[in-house]
Amino acid sequence: MSFPWANEYKPQAPFMQWMDERLPLPRLVYNAIGAGYPVPRNINYWWNFGILAGICLVLQLVTGIVLAMHYAANAGVAFDSVEHIMRDVNWGWLMRYAHANGASAFFVVIYIHIFRGLYFGSYKAPREMVWLLGVVIFLLMMATAFMGYVLPWGQMSFWGAKVITGLFSAIPLVGEPLQQWLLGGFSPDNATLNRFFSLHYLLPFVIAGVVILHIWALHIPGSSNPTGVEVKSESDTLPFYPYFVAKDGWAMGLFLFLFCAVLFFAPNMLGHPDNYIEANPMSTPTHIVPEWYFWPFYAMLRAFTYDFLFIPAKLLGVLAMFGSILVWFFLPWLDKSPVRSGGYRPLFRKFFWYGLIPTMALLFWCGGAPAEEPYLMISQIATFYYFAHFLIILPIVSAIERPDPLPYSITEAVLGEDENAQLGPAA
Amino acid sequence: MTEQAVTDTPEPEAGDGVRRRDFINIAAVSAAGVGAVSTLVPLISQMSASADVLAASSTEIDISAIKEGQSIKAVFRKQPVFVRNLTAKEIEEANAIPADSLRDPQSLADRTKEGKENWLITMGVCTHLGCVPLGAAEGENKGEFGGYFCPCHGSHYDTAARIRKGPAPTNLEVPEYEFLSDTVVKIG
Repeated sequence: MSFPWANEYKPQAPFMQWMDERLPLPRLVYNAIGAGYPVPRNINYWWNFGILAGICLVLQLVTGIVLAMHYAANAGVAFDSVEHIMRDVNWGWLMRYAHANGASAFFVVIYIHIFRGLYFGSYKAPREMVWLLGVVIFLLMMATAFMGYVLPWGQMSFWGAKVITGLFSAIPLVGEPLQQWLLGGFSPDNATLNRFFSLHYLLPFVIAGVVILHIWALHIPGSSNPTGVEVKSESDTLPFYPYFVAKDGWAMGLFLFLFCAVLFFAPNMLGHPDNYIEANPMSTPTHIVPEWYFWPFYAMLRAFTYDFLFIPAKLLGVLAMFGSILVWFFLPWLDKSPVRSGGYRPLFRKFFWYGLIPTMALLFWCGGAPAEEPYLMISQIATFYYFAHFLIILPIVSAIERPDPLPYSITEAVLGEDENAQLGPAA
Repeated sequence: MTEQAVTDTPEPEAGDGVRRRDFINIAAVSAAGVGAVSTLVPLISQMSASADVLAASSTEIDISAIKEGQSIKAVFRKQPVFVRNLTAKEIEEANAIPADSLRDPQSLADRTKEGKENWLITMGVCTHLGCVPLGAAEGENKGEFGGYFCPCHGSHYDTAARIRKGPAPTNLEVPEYEFLSDTVVKIG
């Protein structure tokens, strides 16, 4: 669906007309990311991160396919094959550093994209399905990133695989057989490495498929915007091409500039030196941590140190870790406020900036720290607050809050002072 | 309409209105369903441990060189196993705490062979998420209870390798083993 004033695709060239009648793929592109897609005129820079995430996915696919041409998924040679890529393969160092840092860049972008959605209420009707598919993409990304980190077969790879598959052993009754089934043995070994490589190659294409559904679902109501007020008339929108293609191009340039700064000047900044030691099943690194983008969730996993009501501490930690993301699936129904944007919700805004964001920062900090006090106690408090934010605070806030007055339309929000502005649909 | 033509043919009906066609439909879909589900069996089972991984493995360890208070790390099923020669003081500490008060109630005697209470043989795999705890080698952190300490998520084990503090749900696993002689242990 699109707005009635959307530009219509009218191919001029005879070949394009011929094509349009047989396979209207150019029409699809025109209506999806061309002049045929009207976008709210007031979207700000936070709205660039969806496209940036797409760019990251392409970057990961391209560098990943190249790396797979040189990598060997065998526990005996995997570690050496990565060094072979780094030292012998032409431009191999660039491809591997781009892939490793590309994963980090992807998560930076996706976290900003998610928090944009959380602040501006992008998950609310009629965009619930966009949000739900986004959570699915995020889960797939986590699985893909985790399995990719195992492939170099360094110490962190090995122990990461052991600890994360160990999460499944916390499930009552079927836990241990399930873990052995996932690993193909009693501890990570060749069978594990092979299947992780297979799935690490597969999942990005699954992600690409869900991304298409995500964009499809988005284009039915159209993009949200910083006021949260729906589009009412043509004056509220601008065509995606050329306006937002140009803006996204600028954002992409800036993003690639920052990415290259890390890639060329600090390619190991976000890595862990222990992963340059080959996997050793007999010795655990003293300070075992996942990659930075898992730290908040890792902190929740470790926050539970005592059993509670017959539920073992280990299972509680696992439930908290998975629950912290699963709770997002219920978000559109937990936050009942009809006002979307945090910009018009004074109480919500306070809890967002002074509650949720510092909590995530604390969890992030604790997840990267050793499993000692005071980090454990801070993680416990922060984990409690995190769940309270979604399950208690949001429903209450949306019930008692008195939102600020909303602008009549997007145009009014942008040009409210302008006497010539057409504020609503033409009468 | 072809549909009409087909249903025009008189169908032999059973008393309850069930047609032959219903039976054929249900039978065909059921057979296909059973076939589809059966295909899942090899597809899922291929991921379980393969025969070479499962092949019964056992390890013989010479323990004659382990002096009182010392321990070693051996390998069993590609995983570490701790063999520890407890001191009299460590045995006393392990017996001092009533087993019932523990998260995973077991006494030292439950976890060792009769007459060989000083030989504590456990897997070197933390029951939380599978890290190798510290404490088996000289100078490593033995944790607050003098046994083992897992650095990953801070589980403390006592001198009988029982969980005392931290997230691990159970004591370090005691593998199946037997003393072939006073100085040789066979694990597995």
